[in-house]
Amino acid sequence: MMDNKMIVENSLESSDKGFAFYGRLPYYRGLGLSMIEDIAITADGEPVPRENVRLHLHGKTYTLEQMETVYDDRWNFGEQAKIIAMMPGGLAPGEHTIEYAVRMRVSYLPFVPTTKDVKQLSLAA
Amino acid sequence: MAIKRGVSLYSFQNDTFQQKMDLEDCIRTCAEMGARGIEVIGEQTFWGWPECGVEDAAIDNWHHLIAKYDCVPVSHDYMLDYKRYKGRIMPFDEQVASVRNDIDFGARLGVPYIRSLVSIDPDVLVAAAPYAEEKGIKLLTEVHAPLHFDHPWILRMAEAFEKSGSPALGFLPDMGMFLHAFPPVWRAKFERMGVRKDVADYIVKAYEDRVLSEYVILGVREMGGEGPALAMAETLRHNAAFEPKRMLDHMDRIHNIHGKFYEMTADYVEPSIPYDQIVAVLNQGGYDGYICSEYEGNRWIEDFEEPDSVEQVRRQQVMLARLLGEPEPAMLQAA
Repeated sequence: MMDNKMIVENSLESSDKGFAFYGRLPYYRGLGLSMIEDIAITADGEPVPRENVRLHLHGKTYTLEQMETVYDDRWNFGEQAKIIAMMPGGLAPGEHTIEYAVRMRVSYLPFVPTTKDVKQLSLAA
Repeated sequence: MAIKRGVSLYSFQNDTFQQKMDLEDCIRTCAEMGARGIEVIGEQTFWGWPECGVEDAAIDNWHHLIAKYDCVPVSHDYMLDYKRYKGRIMPFDEQVASVRNDIDFGARLGVPYIRSLVSIDPDVLVAAAPYAEEKGIKLLTEVHAPLHFDHPWILRMAEAFEKSGSPALGFLPDMGMFLHAFPPVWRAKFERMGVRKDVADYIVKAYEDRVLSEYVILGVREMGGEGPALAMAETLRHNAAFEPKRMLDHMDRIHNIHGKFYEMTADYVEPSIPYDQIVAVLNQGGYDGYICSEYEGNRWIEDFEEPDSVEQVRRQQVMLARLLGEPEPAMLQAA
Protein backbone atom coordinates (compact mmCIF):
# COMPACT_ATOMS: atom_id res chain seq x y z
CA MET A 1 0.00 0.00 0.00
CA MET A 2 1.10 3.58 -0.67
CA ASP A 3 3.66 2.04 -3.09
CA ASN A 4 3.31 4.84 -5.57
CA LYS A 5 3.84 7.45 -2.86
CA MET A 6 7.11 6.06 -1.48
CA ILE A 7 9.36 8.43 -3.42
CA VAL A 8 8.61 12.09 -2.81
CA GLU A 9 8.32 13.98 -6.12
CA ASN A 10 10.89 16.65 -6.93
CA SER A 11 13.13 15.67 -4.04
CA LEU A 12 16.27 14.50 -5.83
CA GLU A 13 19.51 16.25 -4.93
CA SER A 14 23.14 15.49 -5.61
CA SER A 15 26.59 16.47 -4.39
CA ASP A 16 30.20 15.29 -4.76
CA LYS A 17 29.52 12.64 -2.11
CA GLY A 18 26.43 11.08 -3.65
CA PHE A 19 22.72 11.67 -4.16
CA ALA A 20 19.64 11.77 -1.96
CA PHE A 21 15.86 11.95 -2.14
CA TYR A 22 12.98 11.92 0.31
CA GLY A 23 11.21 8.63 0.89
CA ARG A 24 8.29 7.36 2.89
CA LEU A 25 7.52 3.97 4.39
CA PRO A 26 4.91 2.05 2.33
CA TYR A 27 2.79 1.18 5.32
CA TYR A 28 -0.33 2.21 7.22
CA ARG A 29 1.59 2.86 10.42
CA GLY A 30 5.18 3.74 11.32
CA LEU A 31 7.87 1.32 12.37
CA GLY A 32 10.74 1.28 14.85
CA LEU A 33 14.01 1.49 12.97
CA SER A 34 15.16 -1.97 14.11
CA MET A 35 12.40 -3.48 11.97
CA ILE A 36 13.55 -1.88 8.70
CA GLU A 37 15.47 -4.82 7.27
CA ASP A 38 16.65 -3.29 4.05
CA ILE A 39 16.51 -0.24 1.84
CA ALA A 40 17.57 -0.89 -1.75
CA ILE A 41 18.24 1.92 -4.20
CA THR A 42 19.14 1.91 -7.86
CA ALA A 43 19.87 4.92 -10.02
CA ASP A 44 19.37 4.38 -13.76
CA GLY A 45 19.47 0.64 -13.17
CA GLU A 46 22.72 0.75 -11.19
CA PRO A 47 22.29 -0.68 -7.67
CA VAL A 48 23.81 1.18 -4.74
CA PRO A 49 25.68 -1.24 -2.43
CA ARG A 50 23.88 -1.76 0.89
CA GLU A 51 26.81 -0.39 2.90
CA ASN A 52 26.56 2.89 0.96
CA VAL A 53 22.91 3.54 1.88
CA ARG A 54 22.06 5.96 4.72
CA LEU A 55 18.81 7.07 6.31
CA HIS A 56 18.62 10.57 7.74
CA LEU A 57 15.80 11.14 10.20
CA HIS A 58 15.26 13.37 13.25
CA GLY A 59 18.70 14.96 12.87
CA LYS A 60 20.55 11.64 12.80
CA THR A 61 22.12 9.65 9.98
CA TYR A 62 22.10 5.87 10.17
CA THR A 63 23.69 3.09 8.16
CA LEU A 64 21.36 0.14 7.53
CA GLU A 65 23.44 -1.99 9.86
CA GLN A 66 23.18 0.60 12.64
CA MET A 67 19.40 0.83 12.17
CA GLU A 68 19.01 -2.85 13.00
CA THR A 69 19.68 -2.16 16.68
CA VAL A 70 17.96 1.22 17.01
CA TYR A 71 15.06 0.73 19.40
CA ASP A 72 14.45 4.34 20.43
CA ASP A 73 13.68 6.00 17.11
CA ARG A 74 11.03 5.32 14.52
CA TRP A 75 10.03 6.20 11.02
CA ASN A 76 6.50 7.51 11.42
CA PHE A 77 3.43 7.03 9.26
CA GLY A 78 3.81 9.13 6.11
CA GLU A 79 6.96 10.78 7.46
CA GLN A 80 9.52 11.87 4.87
CA ALA A 81 13.04 10.63 5.60
CA LYS A 82 16.10 11.52 3.58
CA ILE A 83 17.45 8.46 1.77
CA ILE A 84 21.10 8.93 0.93
CA ALA A 85 23.28 7.01 -1.51
CA MET A 86 27.01 7.53 -0.93
CA MET A 87 28.41 7.64 -4.45
CA PRO A 88 31.48 9.76 -5.20
CA GLY A 89 30.69 12.23 -7.94
CA GLY A 90 26.94 12.03 -7.42
CA LEU A 91 24.53 12.15 -10.37
CA ALA A 92 24.77 14.33 -13.45
CA PRO A 93 22.09 17.00 -14.03
CA GLY A 94 19.04 15.76 -15.96
CA GLU A 95 16.50 12.95 -15.71
CA HIS A 96 17.18 9.87 -13.59
CA THR A 97 15.22 6.71 -12.94
CA ILE A 98 15.29 6.13 -9.21
CA GLU A 99 14.14 2.82 -7.76
CA TYR A 100 13.62 2.56 -4.02
CA ALA A 101 12.56 -0.61 -2.18
CA VAL A 102 11.98 -1.23 1.53
CA ARG A 103 11.90 -4.58 3.29
CA MET A 104 10.09 -4.53 6.63
CA ARG A 105 9.86 -7.05 9.45
CA VAL A 106 6.25 -6.82 10.54
CA SER A 107 5.45 -8.90 13.61
CA TYR A 108 2.00 -10.11 12.64
CA LEU A 109 2.80 -11.01 9.02
CA PRO A 110 3.91 -14.55 8.17
CA PHE A 111 6.24 -13.16 5.49
CA VAL A 112 8.69 -10.26 5.15
CA PRO A 113 7.28 -7.82 2.61
CA THR A 114 9.38 -5.85 0.16
CA THR A 115 7.70 -2.88 -1.47
CA LYS A 116 9.12 -0.89 -4.36
CA ASP A 117 8.53 2.40 -6.10
CA VAL A 118 10.16 3.65 -9.30
CA LYS A 119 10.06 7.26 -10.40
CA GLN A 120 11.66 9.55 -12.93
CA LEU A 121 13.21 12.40 -11.00
CA SER A 122 15.00 15.34 -12.50
CA LEU A 123 18.11 17.01 -11.19
CA ALA A 124 18.61 20.68 -11.97
CA ALA A 125 21.95 21.70 -13.42
CA MET B 1 -29.46 0.31 24.01
CA ALA B 2 -28.78 0.15 20.29
CA ILE B 3 -25.81 -0.40 18.04
CA LYS B 4 -23.82 2.80 17.55
CA ARG B 5 -21.92 4.12 14.54
CA GLY B 6 -18.22 4.94 14.51
CA VAL B 7 -15.22 5.17 12.20
CA SER B 8 -11.69 3.83 12.39
CA LEU B 9 -9.38 6.58 11.18
CA TYR B 10 -7.55 3.83 9.30
CA SER B 11 -10.22 4.56 6.68
CA PHE B 12 -8.67 7.95 5.87
CA GLN B 13 -5.07 6.68 5.63
CA ASN B 14 -4.47 7.86 2.07
CA ASP B 15 -5.45 11.37 3.08
CA THR B 16 -3.57 11.46 6.38
CA PHE B 17 -0.44 9.84 4.85
CA GLN B 18 -0.23 12.75 2.43
CA GLN B 19 -1.30 15.24 5.11
CA LYS B 20 -4.37 16.20 3.13
CA MET B 21 -6.43 15.64 6.28
CA ASP B 22 -5.31 16.24 9.84
CA LEU B 23 -6.79 14.84 13.03
CA GLU B 24 -9.35 17.64 13.27
CA ASP B 25 -10.48 17.05 9.66
CA CYS B 26 -10.93 13.35 10.44
CA ILE B 27 -12.91 13.85 13.63
CA ARG B 28 -15.07 16.64 12.15
CA THR B 29 -15.84 14.45 9.11
CA CYS B 30 -16.96 11.57 11.32
CA ALA B 31 -19.08 13.89 13.48
CA GLU B 32 -20.77 15.34 10.40
CA MET B 33 -21.80 11.81 9.42
CA GLY B 34 -23.23 11.19 12.86
CA ALA B 35 -20.52 8.57 13.43
CA ARG B 36 -19.52 9.67 16.90
CA GLY B 37 -17.29 6.74 17.85
CA ILE B 38 -13.64 7.32 16.97
CA GLU B 39 -11.13 4.49 16.70
CA VAL B 40 -7.44 5.06 16.02
CA ILE B 41 -4.35 3.04 15.30
CA GLY B 42 -2.39 4.90 17.96
CA GLU B 43 0.92 4.96 16.14
CA GLN B 44 -0.70 6.13 12.91
CA THR B 45 -2.45 9.08 14.51
CA PHE B 46 0.13 9.93 17.17
CA TRP B 47 3.64 10.17 15.72
CA GLY B 48 6.27 8.77 18.05
CA TRP B 49 4.19 6.03 19.65
CA PRO B 50 5.49 3.67 20.98
CA GLU B 51 9.28 3.98 20.55
CA CYS B 52 9.47 7.72 21.22
CA GLY B 53 6.37 8.27 23.36
CA VAL B 54 3.78 10.99 22.83
CA GLU B 55 3.74 14.41 24.50
CA ASP B 56 0.82 15.45 26.67
CA ALA B 57 0.08 18.34 24.28
CA ALA B 58 -0.92 15.87 21.53
CA ILE B 59 -3.18 13.98 23.94
CA ASP B 60 -4.71 17.25 25.16
CA ASN B 61 -5.43 18.18 21.53
CA TRP B 62 -7.16 14.82 21.03
CA HIS B 63 -9.44 15.39 24.02
CA HIS B 64 -10.10 18.95 22.89
CA LEU B 65 -11.17 17.76 19.41
CA ILE B 66 -13.28 14.90 20.76
CA ALA B 67 -15.12 17.38 23.01
CA LYS B 68 -15.40 20.06 20.30
CA TYR B 69 -17.17 17.68 17.90
CA ASP B 70 -19.11 15.78 20.58
CA CYS B 71 -17.46 12.48 19.73
CA VAL B 72 -16.55 9.43 21.82
CA PRO B 73 -13.12 7.75 22.03
CA VAL B 74 -13.70 4.04 21.30
CA SER B 75 -10.48 2.14 20.66
CA HIS B 76 -6.73 2.41 20.32
CA ASP B 77 -5.47 -0.35 18.02
CA TYR B 78 -1.99 -1.35 19.15
CA MET B 79 0.48 -3.60 17.38
CA LEU B 80 2.93 -5.25 19.87
CA ASP B 81 6.05 -5.65 17.76
CA TYR B 82 7.25 -8.93 19.19
CA LYS B 83 9.73 -9.18 16.28
CA ARG B 84 11.43 -5.93 17.30
CA TYR B 85 14.75 -7.76 17.69
CA LYS B 86 16.22 -9.31 14.59
CA GLY B 87 16.45 -13.08 14.83
CA ARG B 88 14.65 -13.54 18.14
CA ILE B 89 11.16 -13.11 19.50
CA MET B 90 10.62 -10.59 22.30
CA PRO B 91 10.69 -12.37 25.70
CA PHE B 92 7.32 -13.08 27.34
CA ASP B 93 7.67 -10.58 30.20
CA GLU B 94 8.68 -7.85 27.80
CA GLN B 95 5.64 -8.59 25.64
CA VAL B 96 3.41 -8.23 28.69
CA ALA B 97 5.16 -4.97 29.60
CA SER B 98 4.60 -3.75 26.04
CA VAL B 99 0.86 -4.47 26.31
CA ARG B 100 0.76 -2.65 29.66
CA ASN B 101 2.40 0.32 27.94
CA ASP B 102 -0.42 0.38 25.39
CA ILE B 103 -3.00 0.01 28.16
CA ASP B 104 -1.53 3.18 29.67
CA PHE B 105 -1.71 4.89 26.28
CA GLY B 106 -5.32 3.80 25.84
CA ALA B 107 -6.11 5.22 29.28
CA ARG B 108 -4.55 8.55 28.25
CA LEU B 109 -6.78 8.60 25.17
CA GLY B 110 -9.81 7.76 27.29
CA VAL B 111 -10.80 4.71 25.24
CA PRO B 112 -12.56 1.73 26.85
CA TYR B 113 -10.94 -0.74 24.44
CA ILE B 114 -7.58 -1.45 22.91
CA ARG B 115 -7.35 -3.78 19.92
CA SER B 116 -4.89 -6.69 20.01
CA LEU B 117 -3.79 -8.39 16.83
CA VAL B 118 -4.82 -11.99 16.45
CA SER B 119 -1.19 -13.15 16.34
CA ILE B 120 -0.58 -12.14 19.98
CA ASP B 121 -0.13 -15.09 22.33
CA PRO B 122 -3.27 -15.49 24.51
CA ASP B 123 -1.03 -16.11 27.55
CA VAL B 124 0.42 -12.62 27.13
CA LEU B 125 -3.09 -11.16 27.13
CA VAL B 126 -4.13 -13.18 30.19
CA ALA B 127 -1.00 -11.94 32.01
CA ALA B 128 -1.78 -8.32 31.11
CA ALA B 129 -5.49 -8.58 31.96
CA PRO B 130 -5.30 -7.63 35.68
CA TYR B 131 -3.54 -4.38 34.77
CA ALA B 132 -6.17 -3.70 32.10
CA GLU B 133 -8.91 -4.23 34.71
CA GLU B 134 -7.16 -1.75 37.02
CA LYS B 135 -7.15 0.84 34.27
CA GLY B 136 -10.72 0.16 33.16
CA ILE B 137 -9.69 -1.06 29.73
CA LYS B 138 -10.62 -4.20 27.82
CA LEU B 139 -8.14 -5.99 25.55
CA LEU B 140 -10.00 -7.05 22.43
CA THR B 141 -8.42 -9.58 20.11
CA GLU B 142 -9.28 -8.84 16.50
CA VAL B 143 -10.81 -11.90 14.85
CA HIS B 144 -9.83 -11.29 11.25
CA ALA B 145 -9.77 -13.39 8.08
CA PRO B 146 -8.34 -15.95 7.47
CA LEU B 147 -9.20 -16.65 11.11
CA HIS B 148 -12.78 -16.98 12.28
CA PHE B 149 -14.76 -17.96 15.35
CA ASP B 150 -14.45 -21.71 14.73
CA HIS B 151 -10.71 -21.65 14.09
CA PRO B 152 -8.73 -23.66 16.69
CA TRP B 153 -6.56 -20.62 17.52
CA ILE B 154 -9.66 -18.52 18.36
CA LEU B 155 -11.19 -21.40 20.31
CA ARG B 156 -7.96 -21.64 22.28
CA MET B 157 -8.15 -17.89 22.93
CA ALA B 158 -11.75 -18.12 24.09
CA GLU B 159 -10.83 -20.97 26.44
CA ALA B 160 -7.90 -19.00 27.86
CA PHE B 161 -10.14 -15.96 28.37
CA GLU B 162 -12.81 -18.06 30.13
CA LYS B 163 -10.27 -19.81 32.32
CA SER B 164 -8.76 -16.47 33.38
CA GLY B 165 -12.18 -15.24 34.45
CA SER B 166 -11.14 -11.70 33.54
CA PRO B 167 -13.82 -9.41 32.14
CA ALA B 168 -11.00 -7.41 30.51
CA LEU B 169 -10.48 -10.01 27.75
CA GLY B 170 -12.64 -10.05 24.66
CA PHE B 171 -12.97 -10.02 20.91
CA LEU B 172 -13.24 -7.47 18.13
CA PRO B 173 -14.58 -9.19 15.01
CA ASP B 174 -13.58 -7.80 11.62
CA MET B 175 -16.47 -8.13 9.17
CA GLY B 176 -14.06 -9.12 6.39
CA MET B 177 -14.38 -12.70 7.63
CA PHE B 178 -17.93 -12.77 6.26
CA LEU B 179 -16.91 -12.18 2.65
CA HIS B 180 -19.82 -13.72 0.78
CA ALA B 181 -18.77 -12.65 -2.73
CA PHE B 182 -15.47 -11.91 -4.42
CA PRO B 183 -14.99 -8.11 -4.15
CA PRO B 184 -15.30 -6.37 -7.55
CA VAL B 185 -12.42 -4.00 -6.65
CA TRP B 186 -10.12 -7.00 -6.11
CA ARG B 187 -11.06 -8.46 -9.44
CA ALA B 188 -10.52 -5.14 -11.20
CA LYS B 189 -7.05 -4.78 -9.68
CA PHE B 190 -6.04 -8.30 -10.73
CA GLU B 191 -7.31 -7.61 -14.24
CA ARG B 192 -5.16 -4.46 -14.33
CA MET B 193 -2.25 -6.74 -13.36
CA GLY B 194 -2.97 -8.85 -16.45
CA VAL B 195 -5.36 -11.60 -15.32
CA ARG B 196 -7.42 -12.87 -18.27
CA LYS B 197 -11.17 -12.32 -18.17
CA ASP B 198 -11.98 -16.05 -18.39
CA VAL B 199 -9.67 -16.81 -15.48
CA ALA B 200 -11.16 -13.98 -13.41
CA ASP B 201 -14.69 -15.22 -14.25
CA TYR B 202 -13.72 -18.72 -13.12
CA ILE B 203 -12.30 -17.53 -9.79
CA VAL B 204 -15.26 -15.27 -9.00
CA LYS B 205 -17.71 -18.09 -9.83
CA ALA B 206 -15.69 -20.64 -7.84
CA TYR B 207 -15.80 -18.28 -4.85
CA GLU B 208 -19.59 -18.00 -5.21
CA ASP B 209 -19.79 -21.79 -5.36
CA ARG B 210 -17.64 -22.06 -2.21
CA VAL B 211 -15.07 -24.28 -3.93
CA LEU B 212 -12.06 -25.17 -1.76
CA SER B 213 -9.26 -22.68 -2.41
CA GLU B 214 -6.71 -25.39 -3.26
CA TYR B 215 -8.93 -26.74 -6.05
CA VAL B 216 -9.38 -23.24 -7.45
CA ILE B 217 -5.62 -22.64 -7.44
CA LEU B 218 -5.12 -25.94 -9.30
CA GLY B 219 -7.90 -25.00 -11.73
CA VAL B 220 -6.20 -21.69 -12.49
CA ARG B 221 -2.89 -23.49 -13.07
CA GLU B 222 -4.60 -25.83 -15.50
CA MET B 223 -6.00 -22.82 -17.37
CA GLY B 224 -2.43 -21.65 -17.84
CA GLY B 225 -2.68 -18.98 -15.17
CA GLU B 226 0.47 -17.81 -13.48
CA GLY B 227 1.73 -14.81 -11.48
CA PRO B 228 -1.20 -12.46 -10.91
CA ALA B 229 -3.76 -15.17 -11.82
CA LEU B 230 -2.39 -17.45 -9.10
CA ALA B 231 -2.24 -14.51 -6.69
CA MET B 232 -5.92 -13.82 -7.42
CA ALA B 233 -6.79 -17.47 -6.75
CA GLU B 234 -4.66 -17.46 -3.59
CA THR B 235 -6.81 -14.72 -2.04
CA LEU B 236 -9.29 -17.57 -1.50
CA ARG B 237 -6.86 -19.12 0.98
CA HIS B 238 -7.13 -16.06 3.19
CA ASN B 239 -10.80 -15.25 2.84
CA ALA B 240 -14.02 -17.18 3.17
CA ALA B 241 -17.72 -16.65 3.65
CA PHE B 242 -17.98 -17.58 7.31
CA GLU B 243 -21.38 -17.25 8.97
CA PRO B 244 -22.14 -14.05 10.90
CA LYS B 245 -24.17 -16.14 13.35
CA ARG B 246 -20.92 -17.72 14.60
CA MET B 247 -20.48 -14.51 16.60
CA LEU B 248 -23.48 -15.41 18.75
CA ASP B 249 -21.56 -17.85 20.97
CA HIS B 250 -19.17 -15.06 21.92
CA MET B 251 -21.47 -12.05 22.30
CA ASP B 252 -20.60 -11.52 25.96
CA ARG B 253 -16.99 -10.91 24.96
CA ILE B 254 -17.61 -8.89 21.76
CA HIS B 255 -17.36 -5.17 22.57
CA ASN B 256 -16.28 -3.46 19.37
CA ILE B 257 -16.55 -4.25 15.66
CA HIS B 258 -14.56 -3.36 12.57
CA GLY B 259 -17.02 -2.51 9.84
CA LYS B 260 -14.55 -3.60 7.18
CA PHE B 261 -15.54 -2.79 3.63
CA TYR B 262 -13.85 -2.84 0.26
CA GLU B 263 -16.27 -0.74 -1.74
CA MET B 264 -19.56 1.04 -1.26
CA THR B 265 -21.51 1.50 -4.47
CA ALA B 266 -23.47 4.68 -5.26
CA ASP B 267 -26.63 2.93 -4.10
CA TYR B 268 -25.12 2.21 -0.68
CA VAL B 269 -24.33 -1.49 -1.11
CA GLU B 270 -21.15 -3.35 -0.08
CA PRO B 271 -21.20 -5.99 -2.84
CA SER B 272 -19.03 -8.51 -0.99
CA ILE B 273 -20.03 -8.35 2.69
CA PRO B 274 -23.62 -9.08 3.82
CA TYR B 275 -24.22 -6.19 6.21
CA ASP B 276 -27.97 -6.82 6.43
CA GLN B 277 -27.32 -10.31 7.84
CA ILE B 278 -24.53 -9.01 10.05
CA VAL B 279 -26.68 -6.31 11.65
CA ALA B 280 -29.52 -8.81 12.13
CA VAL B 281 -27.19 -11.20 13.97
CA LEU B 282 -25.73 -8.41 16.11
CA ASN B 283 -29.22 -7.26 17.07
CA GLN B 284 -30.19 -10.84 17.86
CA GLY B 285 -27.12 -11.11 20.11
CA GLY B 286 -27.98 -7.88 21.91
CA TYR B 287 -24.86 -6.07 20.74
CA ASP B 288 -24.93 -2.40 21.72
CA GLY B 289 -21.37 -1.26 21.00
CA TYR B 290 -19.98 0.55 17.97
CA ILE B 291 -19.55 -0.63 14.41
CA CYS B 292 -16.52 1.35 13.25
CA SER B 293 -16.23 1.79 9.49
CA GLU B 294 -12.94 0.43 8.24
CA TYR B 295 -12.41 1.28 4.57
CA GLU B 296 -9.87 -1.12 3.12
CA GLY B 297 -10.71 -0.78 -0.56
CA ASN B 298 -8.21 2.09 -0.73
CA ARG B 299 -5.27 -0.28 -1.16
CA TRP B 300 -7.06 -2.09 -4.02
CA ILE B 301 -7.56 1.02 -6.15
CA GLU B 302 -4.71 3.38 -5.26
CA ASP B 303 -2.58 2.07 -8.17
CA PHE B 304 -5.30 3.34 -10.49
CA GLU B 305 -7.04 6.29 -8.84
CA GLU B 306 -6.81 8.33 -5.70
CA PRO B 307 -9.28 6.81 -3.20
CA ASP B 308 -12.19 9.04 -2.16
CA SER B 309 -12.14 7.74 1.40
CA VAL B 310 -14.56 10.29 2.82
CA GLU B 311 -17.25 9.49 0.23
CA GLN B 312 -16.71 5.75 0.72
CA VAL B 313 -17.10 6.05 4.49
CA ARG B 314 -20.12 8.34 4.04
CA ARG B 315 -21.83 5.71 1.90
CA GLN B 316 -21.17 3.00 4.48
CA GLN B 317 -22.53 5.24 7.21
CA VAL B 318 -25.71 5.77 5.16
CA MET B 319 -26.05 1.99 4.83
CA LEU B 320 -25.48 1.49 8.55
CA ALA B 321 -27.92 4.25 9.54
CA ARG B 322 -30.57 2.61 7.37
CA LEU B 323 -29.88 -0.89 8.71
CA LEU B 324 -29.96 0.43 12.27
CA GLY B 325 -33.24 2.23 11.64
CA GLU B 326 -31.76 5.64 12.34
CA PRO B 327 -32.84 8.81 10.59
CA GLU B 328 -30.17 9.89 8.12
CA PRO B 329 -28.30 12.93 9.44
CA ALA B 330 -27.99 15.90 7.07
CA MET B 331 -24.52 15.20 5.72
CA LEU B 332 -25.50 11.63 4.98
CA GLN B 333 -28.22 12.66 2.58
CA ALA B 334 -26.08 14.11 -0.19
CA ALA B 335 -22.49 13.81 -1.26
